[in-house]
Amino acid sequence: MKDVFGIVAKRLGLGLVTLLIVSIIIFGAVEMLPGDLAQAVLGQSATPETVEAMRKELGLDRPAPVRYLDWLKGAVTGDFGTSLANKRPVAEQIGPRFANTLFLAAYAAVIAVPLSIGLGIMAALYRNSVFDRVANVATLTSISSPEFFVGYILVLFLAVLNPLFPSISSLSEDMTLAQKLERTFLPALTLVLVVTAHMMRMTRAAIINLLASPYIEMARLKGVPNWRVITHHALPNAWAPVINVVALNLAYLITGVVLVEVVFVYPGIGQLLVDSVTARDFPVVQASCLIFASTFIILNLLADVGAILTNPRLRHPK
Amino acid sequence: MSELSRLQSLFEAGKISRREFLSRAAALGVAGMVPASLLSTPALAEPKKGGKFRVGLGHGSTTDSLDPGTYENDFMIGSSFARFNFLTTITTKGEIVGELAESWDVTPDAKTWTFKMRSGVEFHNGKTMDANDVVTSINHHRGEESQSAAKPNVEPIEDIKVDGDTVVFTLNSGNADFPYLVSDYHLPIMPAKDGKPDWQSAVGTGPYMQTNFEPGIGLELKRNPNYFKPDSAWFDEAHIITIADVAARTNALMTGEIDFMDRCDVKTVHLLERNKNVRVEEVSGTGHYSIPMRTHLAPFDDNNVRLALKYAIDREKILETVLFGHGYIGNDHPIGKGQRYFASELEQKSYDPDKAKHFLKQSGLSSLKVDLSAADAAFGGAVDAAVLYKEHAAAAGIEINVVREPNDGYWSNVWNTDNRKWCMCYWGGRPTEDWMFSTAYASGVAWNDSKWEHEKFNQLLVAARSELDEAKRRDMYVEMQRLVSDEGGVVIPVFNNYVHAVASKVAHGPDLATNWANDGHKYLERWWFAS
Repeated sequence: MKDVFGIVAKRLGLGLVTLLIVSIIIFGAVEMLPGDLAQAVLGQSATPETVEAMRKELGLDRPAPVRYLDWLKGAVTGDFGTSLANKRPVAEQIGPRFANTLFLAAYAAVIAVPLSIGLGIMAALYRNSVFDRVANVATLTSISSPEFFVGYILVLFLAVLNPLFPSISSLSEDMTLAQKLERTFLPALTLVLVVTAHMMRMTRAAIINLLASPYIEMARLKGVPNWRVITHHALPNAWAPVINVVALNLAYLITGVVLVEVVFVYPGIGQLLVDSVTARDFPVVQASCLIFASTFIILNLLADVGAILTNPRLRHPK
Repeated sequence: MSELSRLQSLFEAGKISRREFLSRAAALGVAGMVPASLLSTPALAEPKKGGKFRVGLGHGSTTDSLDPGTYENDFMIGSSFARFNFLTTITTKGEIVGELAESWDVTPDAKTWTFKMRSGVEFHNGKTMDANDVVTSINHHRGEESQSAAKPNVEPIEDIKVDGDTVVFTLNSGNADFPYLVSDYHLPIMPAKDGKPDWQSAVGTGPYMQTNFEPGIGLELKRNPNYFKPDSAWFDEAHIITIADVAARTNALMTGEIDFMDRCDVKTVHLLERNKNVRVEEVSGTGHYSIPMRTHLAPFDDNNVRLALKYAIDREKILETVLFGHGYIGNDHPIGKGQRYFASELEQKSYDPDKAKHFLKQSGLSSLKVDLSAADAAFGGAVDAAVLYKEHAAAAGIEINVVREPNDGYWSNVWNTDNRKWCMCYWGGRPTEDWMFSTAYASGVAWNDSKWEHEKFNQLLVAARSELDEAKRRDMYVEMQRLVSDEGGVVIPVFNNYVHAVASKVAHGPDLATNWANDGHKYLERWWFAS
């Protein structure tokens, strides 16, 4: 186990360096965008004087490196500053919306991960059967359609034509968990449809890849039933690639769902990021992007740890 | 008889008002045959209290601030009219009446305005509204440091002082429309706290009190039990949410998740009209699509070139293709047909390639090649409109090169800059002629997006502003419209209608306001549930 902790510590250190680099890139990118917050917030109704007055008040007239270092100083002490546009603390603004995003991602993952791994195992077990083909075609179709389109189709059939679920998922604080689950069912289902194919096909491919190995041949020859060959002999060795794909998809569920948020009016963090980029609201953009970057770093780390734990050979790289 | 049934269907679809229906039916001599049930459709029933009104608006962003100086989208404008009251207000018929001001007096030079404040009006926090609150609220937008978008409105104010229960405004020059200027949604009356208006708490005197606000997500409100206006604010509660995607907004209305949506998609609204539980409503307002040319730069510094371009656009086609008929034709000036001094006597410019060629010849040019910048940020369909224009102009020997610009940063990098000489633009219009002209056509103002300088126009603008004689005033505004239309630097092909849809149980008075969209954004104060 000691070597695992070593790897985790090393990766976390590297993660911090990555975050620092990400923050510099984001700052540079926001700087490079034409226009600034004062112009964006005042919009068509901006006059040169009002823009100047706003820039001065927000400190946008200072040079870029000074502003970055100022932000960094706050960030390392855990203070992500206040939104330039509406002057609310960034943490207060991001907190509830990130919680919403995590809720939806968890909801989708709880359905999608068992479903796709199950389907993958079944597809490997009944390879080239009608079941295998149908599962493949169905999941590939749903992944090939843009996610907002999948969302609209679900709204059409499950909300407009057959009013089973609400068409929009606006939340309020006094909702019970059951109500929340009902209101967010359609966006969760959309996400399930979007991520299932990738994980299912990876599971299927990883297992089938192993089925040609001599030790599987051995298991078969000694009379182990087919399903047991797969669950007890093939699957343990197939976990590493599957876990990696699952981690990538989980990260996607957190970071890549802005279109689903728009279609279902779900108050997640994606829309917040888009609004903030449009307004050049740097502290919010920076904090959201760092959350996204951390999500990727942490999930990848967990995937590697998972892969190592399920496959002891990986602990001793040549 | 078939005429009656046609009228009836127009009326039932909300296309004409009850008054118009009755007078037209009377003109047919068939008023007696009108079924009684028709006259008691929900839109006309007696108002009653109750219910939670759920609104889905296309606007609203996480960057919205409660500071009234920054309001610029329909979400914040609507919430401003819900939380607050103003010195004056514009009625559904377009008349200006006092709101927190009971009445007002003006000196003959239109320079000194004395507003008598209503007594006994309470803010949501229990404080009684007085004249000092008015002064601090208006001063919030004045001065060097002001970042307020309403700065131009309050610029003419030289001095404000309290005199008992009146507030006296002294202007630097006469302005007969001053009561209109202070009805602007940027200028709500807020409680004064330590000499500053307390906008952070969102407390006002308005019909609804804020219970929860998440910028970019939604706003929850409940009725102000002490609201000073009788017969208004019928809903117990309201929930306004931002639904930026028009398809999601339409679905939400059709599935009963919301009771009111703004900004219907004009491409598909005829399909929405088929839904029996939904009523689509439409108002011709002051909003218009404009195409400003930088008139201080060649080739637009020659009025013949500008006229050639004005005759080279097929307005009917733009109305039909871009707005799907939900609007009306513009005459290259920004005054809407419902406004007080609209110049109906001006000749309507129409598509005439020969005339365009004629003016091009007058300018001494044998051919003309111009760039036209477009992005859908200007208005939905702006790029299509530009491409159509290109086709129309080609028949007159004018080559328009449509340059596609990014939506992001359109207003800071494309519009109203010398980087681009000609671009697509949108104006929400203003309730008065003077306000519109002073905002975007007067000499040297920041938003004069065509950089148009016209001596006679500017003289008339100042003279008309302080003229209290209606007939003389009208003549001046007609002349100004003619000048902008014939010599100005803006092509205004169409005015767009405001199209919104409500659940059929939602009711309101016989008229919808035309000064802004969404019944002047006063839907929360004016509307109710019929059943």
